[in-house]
Amino acid sequence: MSVLELQDLHVTYRSEGGPVPAVRGVSLSLERGDTVGLAGESGCGKSTIAAAVLRLLPKGTEVSGKVLLDGEDVYAMKPGRLRAVRWTSAAIVFQGALHSLNPVRRVGNQIEEAILLHTAVSPRAARTRTGELLVKVGLPADRAQRYPHQLSGGQRQRVLIALALACDPKVLIADEPTTALDVMVQAQVLALLEELQREQGLSLLFITHDLSVLTTTCERLAVMYAGRIVEQGPGREVFAQPHHPYTRALAAAFPTIGDPASRMNPAGLAGDPPDPSALPSGCPFHVRCAVATAECSSLDVGLRVAAPGRSAACVHVEAAHV
Amino acid sequence: MSEPVLSVTNVQVQFGGGSVRAVDTVSLEVGRGEVVALVGESGCGKTTLIRSIIGLEPLAAGSIAVEGRPVGRGRGLRALRRKVQMIFQDPTGALNPRHSIYEAVAEGLRIHKVKGHEPTLVAEALASAGLRPPERYLRRFPHELSGGQRQRVLIAAAMALGPTLLLADEPVASLDASIRGEILALMRSFVDTRGVSIVAVTHDLGLAWNIADRVAVMYLGRIVEVGPTEEVLRAPKHPYTQALLSVVPEIEGLEQQILTGETPDPSRMPSGCRFHPRCPLVASGEAERLGIVDRCRGVDLELEPEVGAHRVACHAVRA
Repeated sequence: MSVLELQDLHVTYRSEGGPVPAVRGVSLSLERGDTVGLAGESGCGKSTIAAAVLRLLPKGTEVSGKVLLDGEDVYAMKPGRLRAVRWTSAAIVFQGALHSLNPVRRVGNQIEEAILLHTAVSPRAARTRTGELLVKVGLPADRAQRYPHQLSGGQRQRVLIALALACDPKVLIADEPTTALDVMVQAQVLALLEELQREQGLSLLFITHDLSVLTTTCERLAVMYAGRIVEQGPGREVFAQPHHPYTRALAAAFPTIGDPASRMNPAGLAGDPPDPSALPSGCPFHVRCAVATAECSSLDVGLRVAAPGRSAACVHVEAAHV
Repeated sequence: MSEPVLSVTNVQVQFGGGSVRAVDTVSLEVGRGEVVALVGESGCGKTTLIRSIIGLEPLAAGSIAVEGRPVGRGRGLRALRRKVQMIFQDPTGALNPRHSIYEAVAEGLRIHKVKGHEPTLVAEALASAGLRPPERYLRRFPHELSGGQRQRVLIAAAMALGPTLLLADEPVASLDASIRGEILALMRSFVDTRGVSIVAVTHDLGLAWNIADRVAVMYLGRIVEVGPTEEVLRAPKHPYTQALLSVVPEIEGLEQQILTGETPDPSRMPSGCRFHPRCPLVASGEAERLGIVDRCRGVDLELEPEVGAHRVACHAVRA
């Protein structure tokens, strides 16, 4: 059984301007010890998925489909059960470490609080556990006494990871965990996540706009556009041989250093990511697509099998691979 | 090379009454129509260096000249600021939310008393930055545009003043991946069509590969390696450059050298080569085998060779 499974998930925000469909039918499963990457640009719905898993969406948001944590439907849980599941079954590492920590409380206290709220241990044991967690994420235990502003960006991100691990979750959802960090610190954090995953059998859902980070970290990769998965498959394959024209553009946006084709030749994609409240007709990517045909403006295709273990939502997929 | 557009000579910028040497004896020349990427981690002094180029940071030592004229204080500063324009990382923060796009571009024209018909100049500037037709954007406000469009507005406003040098501080770091390439292509097109020079401060080595003629790698206030982009990124000589390249996910087959810790606090500068506490050569014992480890720990060093295209500051390279 999957530790996390999304079945045809739809999330629609309410706004003054009308409903905003942010996620439009996403199915995804995460097995024990698996790392799955979710890539896409702003507004594609990737962070909405992170919030939807633990029912952290704003009141009034419409959710349909299913979110199963260890087979249990998150949206059918009673409030007490939900509170128990958050942190212990699944935890989230958010982006922007500075804003996710309370600036006027010592970081150690913030981790202790999470432990005390969710597990039946003494305050003393919680303090010991906090020290262990900090060491585990590569910080000296005495950093517990610091306030967030006394730590560097990389250290704060490590504190957030320690916080997420406080109650031994099975699933860790990391939403842009390395975005604001320097390359070297980013590499340190990625290495830490990989190590934790290996040692503890954590299942990791890794959300980012940076496709290149995912290819080295994730066995499986799903690329989102306009609230849907438009391509999925093994990380390296998706990046190296994309089937969907959007993935191709996204992969090309991160140049391979040393590759003559990208030297003095930055590759971009015309236009902007679509506004979820005003999606183009047909395939929502057709307005930016270099290979769009006449039918693309009216025909919206779902995921199709492109190769063993690979699928993509594009009319050209069938023509090229069957 | 003809007269450089920018000459930075032995520049030092200090904070805290001299206790912090944010930029510590840096020299750099940028030719006309040249793009130089200044790369390094947070706190390496790259942003401080470009702030000093437009006179925002007083120099503790050294000099900076733009087109041969020294950057100082007072009257020359306005003329300088027309010639040297900045592009920031966050286009949203750099635009006044209450000013229309027209105002955003026209303001600089007025400040610098640029001759010509203002509405025409604004429209031309927007069109040249890819905001076409410009009429569609003039009356809009920043919040009505996407991040990529906002960055185009800022580039348009900068280029409208006919600068000779653009200083870009992480120009694409806050943009979506698919937008990144378009903005970089736009910047490079101004180099090719108008001969503007660019110093781009970034931690993104891919940006350097995409648009830069030369790369300068900074560590703790110093340039530790500088040279043509192809050489520095394909055959890096400094262990710090090598480590930076090894963690770029796009490069396969390169063994990752993840440096531990973070860039040290510049108020407690390590002795000798300032990279030695994190240097993989010192940690692995390689420096010991080469018989240079005492120099790494005790002898500070400058870029070598003194004259040359590809220069590097490392005892192991000298050995």
